[in-house]
Amino acid sequence: MQASIEVSRDPAVRYLLRIGDTCLIQAQRLAEWCGHAPILEEDIAMTNMALDLVGQSRAVLTRAGALEAELGGAAHDEDQLAFLRDERDFLNPTVVELPRGDFAITVLRNFALATFLKLLWERLLGSSDAELAGIAGKALKEARYHQQHAGDWVLRLGGGTDESARRLRAAVDVLWPYIPELFEADEIDDHARAIGLGPRWSELADGWQAEVLPVLDEAGVAPPAARAFRSTGKKGVHSEHMGYILAEMQHLQRSHPGGVW
Amino acid sequence: MTAAIADVDEPRVTEVARSLDEREARIARAWEVLASVLDPEVPVVSVCDLGIVRDVAIEGESLAVVLTPTYSGCPATEVIEAGVRAALDDAGLGPVKVRLQRAPAWTTDWISAEGRRKLREYGIAPPGPADPDQGVAMRFVPNRGAVRLRCPRCNSEHTERLSAFGSTACKALHRCRACGEPFEHFKPI
Repeated sequence: MQASIEVSRDPAVRYLLRIGDTCLIQAQRLAEWCGHAPILEEDIAMTNMALDLVGQSRAVLTRAGALEAELGGAAHDEDQLAFLRDERDFLNPTVVELPRGDFAITVLRNFALATFLKLLWERLLGSSDAELAGIAGKALKEARYHQQHAGDWVLRLGGGTDESARRLRAAVDVLWPYIPELFEADEIDDHARAIGLGPRWSELADGWQAEVLPVLDEAGVAPPAARAFRSTGKKGVHSEHMGYILAEMQHLQRSHPGGVW
Repeated sequence: MTAAIADVDEPRVTEVARSLDEREARIARAWEVLASVLDPEVPVVSVCDLGIVRDVAIEGESLAVVLTPTYSGCPATEVIEAGVRAALDDAGLGPVKVRLQRAPAWTTDWISAEGRRKLREYGIAPPGPADPDQGVAMRFVPNRGAVRLRCPRCNSEHTERLSAFGSTACKALHRCRACGEPFEHFKPI
């Protein structure tokens, strides 16, 4: 059994881990549809989007691991960061780790996330970190394509059959309580803003609402009223679903350290 | 005095000139070799046709090649890197250093006219201009089937999109309603 690594507590490293982990866990959930999607075209679509997200995650985690070393800590590579961190050291927002649910939940989450990531990558084009800015240049094009695809599907489900509309309404109720976490800023955001690494995630809220809410409206879906509940995945405190994802994702490297094919 | 300088410097000047010629020749030869390194997923277009070779230069003793990845998750990136290295080594142009450079991000606008012709002949509709809508607010529609492309087999414009995603990250799937054949489209990004 391979032991876990000790990860830097530096806020810039943690800001990068939040981005890399969001892409990684969202990719893992999308990839679960491989062989299970309602139609072949969507099977291919979801695994293709998962592939883009894994690529983005690899690049950002690689940068995070290199930054750990630049700050005087031990360097970690992308594989160590993906496979040898404990649950509390993963910093993705909770919404991406929720079970994949039915196709409506997957489509709606993908639309919400792709829109969020597109807005984030747009801002990261101007990052003081040249490597992160370079990653953003490529990822932005990919996120736009994902958003287009997912947004089309939201309208298709909303305006489709009674059953597809019912499922889309149910999906909004499941996912929406986890959305506010995306736009909550803390000291990690403040640090990233101060050094020019990237925006506070709270700065993306208005743009996100301006793009997402009209589509929901057109699809005939109303978001539920705001609640006091806040998820806390970005701080490493996850839902009960996270451990299962990591068990599946990490068990090979944990059981057979350094295994390759 | 002048003659004395010439006596001293002439061999050195010649040597520098020869060395410069050799560097130029090595770089020119490298571009020729790279023009024969094919994309593993679309094995009719070369890495040069695709526009992913951004620079070839001499760094010290090494030949330094700068590649730009096409998609963040493209599994062909590592195969291409290995292919470039092997081809240049086999041609005796090594030692070779391959560097991946992300910025500026690769765009399908960098695919050469020759590359586009080869794609069409291979049965893949080449990409149009990248991101013509960039900066324009995104519009969503419930059915995006009617993206009109010219069929690479029969040239008909009576085509429809079957799937926004295809067999690789860079392609979408379409069908020609005139000749009935499915075909792939290299997505403009």
